Amino acid sequence: MFDFLEGYDLLGAFWVTVQLAVFSGIGSLVLGTILAAMRVSPVPLMRGFGTVYVNVVRNIPLTVIIVFSSLGLADIFGITLGAADDFDALSFRLAILGLTVYTAAFVCEAIRSGINTVPVGQAEAARAIGLNFTQVLSLIVLPQAFRSVIGPLTNVLIALTKNTTVAAAIGVAEAALLMKEMIENESQLILISAIFAFGFVVLTLPTGLILGWVAKRVAVKR
Amino acid sequence: MTSVLYDAPGPGAKRRNIVYTVLFLIVLGLGVWWIYSAMDDKGQLEWAKWSPFTESQAWTTYLLPGLANTVKAAALALVIALPLGALFGIARLSDHRWVRVPAGVVVEFFRAIPVLILMVFANQFYATSTDISTEMRPLYAVVTGLVLYNASVLAEVVRAGILSLPKGQTEAAKAIGLRKGQTMRSILLPQSVTAMLPALVSQLVVIVKDTALGGALLSFTELLNARKTLAANYSNVIPSFIVVAVIFIVLNLLLTTFASWLEKRLRRAKRSTGAVLTGEAMEDLTATGTPERLSDIRKTDGGSGPGGGGAVP
Repeated sequence: MFDFLEGYDLLGAFWVTVQLAVFSGIGSLVLGTILAAMRVSPVPLMRGFGTVYVNVVRNIPLTVIIVFSSLGLADIFGITLGAADDFDALSFRLAILGLTVYTAAFVCEAIRSGINTVPVGQAEAARAIGLNFTQVLSLIVLPQAFRSVIGPLTNVLIALTKNTTVAAAIGVAEAALLMKEMIENESQLILISAIFAFGFVVLTLPTGLILGWVAKRVAVKR
Repeated sequence: MTSVLYDAPGPGAKRRNIVYTVLFLIVLGLGVWWIYSAMDDKGQLEWAKWSPFTESQAWTTYLLPGLANTVKAAALALVIALPLGALFGIARLSDHRWVRVPAGVVVEFFRAIPVLILMVFANQFYATSTDISTEMRPLYAVVTGLVLYNASVLAEVVRAGILSLPKGQTEAAKAIGLRKGQTMRSILLPQSVTAMLPALVSQLVVIVKDTALGGALLSFTELLNARKTLAANYSNVIPSFIVVAVIFIVLNLLLTTFASWLEKRLRRAKRSTGAVLTGEAMEDLTATGTPERLSDIRKTDGGSGPGGGGAVP
């Protein structure tokens, strides 16, 4: 029944999907945290830059960003990210770059909203008992902010996992591209689609359940 | 200004802020200069590459038809997904287990799958099983994919919208003897529609952005695809990308601005329950959508005590 799977590297394609999600997840977490720091910083210019970045990037389709990274960055500007000769590695890295730039805007918003959930009174009370700035931040504000951020960040991570399929637009050999190829060549449309759908359910559902459970456990009760 | 992270700046902090501002300006300036010189190097700043956008031909032949297709697909998807989503959202709230559970499974399933997978499936399905013409197929496939995904997201919007209403509404309806269907039709749905309008408009931004997927992978002639033909004609890759990105940004910013205006208006509207479901509240829901969260929304947005009448005077 499953002999049509022969000749296709199904697990390999999903492994590329996972790699895309993990690498751009780490990248967007770093970039998003920097952006969030800018958005809550006391320097107006940095706040303005963070706001503009988020509003611009959030409103451009991810597809446009990914396609631009290939046709614009690589083809016109000659940015090769250290993989000039290897087309597969190049498009893989470009996809990670595009996913990172796009997802960072959402990570930034999630972290900022997490910081905003900490009431100002917490910091005021901390200062009133004589804690200095570092202590206020490390003992009072950030522990509370991080806890409330896990839930929103989980949602961003799940959305990122699903968004890795957009990398198919520049020929990264991940799950969606393999599915497109398979259903064009094989006749078992429903069965193949069900396998790929199941693959994504397996990737996203446990992430949501586990991290959702963690988020609820560590949440600050107010 | 005071925030939870820092106090109103004193003289020392003000000086430090100025230093940071200058340093950041230098970094920003270097970045802008680097982009400018890179574009200059590759000849992307030549007037010949930008001038097509000042003439009507580039717009009427490529960009506007592409934009029209983007808007058409997004509008069709919303119009079809909305009633479907409402149906599933209400079904998930049903008292009957055999209605509630299957509806929940369908909604959770389609929310866990990438839109692209749904579009690719729909495209192939229409190619093998129907006789929809080749020109129309991409539109059908894009709309089908968008409908399947967004109907399940909108189902959650509708469910959250109904749950965000104060409990007193249902209780009052029961007290005057309305049946379940009547309560839903004439009490809960009309009020929740106003509460969830902002979330609906925010979802429209997601739909507009997702239409570009069809352009890249299913040769649907929307804005991103129109850019390709335009750039092939005028050989202006970078300028065309910038113009298309700006069109998307303006379109989506208009929608977002409209959503927040609507939200503000609804919040101060006198004859509502004061329950408003914002796009941000929905972002929390769209990925996991746990019932606990829904009850949080009711608590924060109800604008009234537990079980209270809820109407804001």
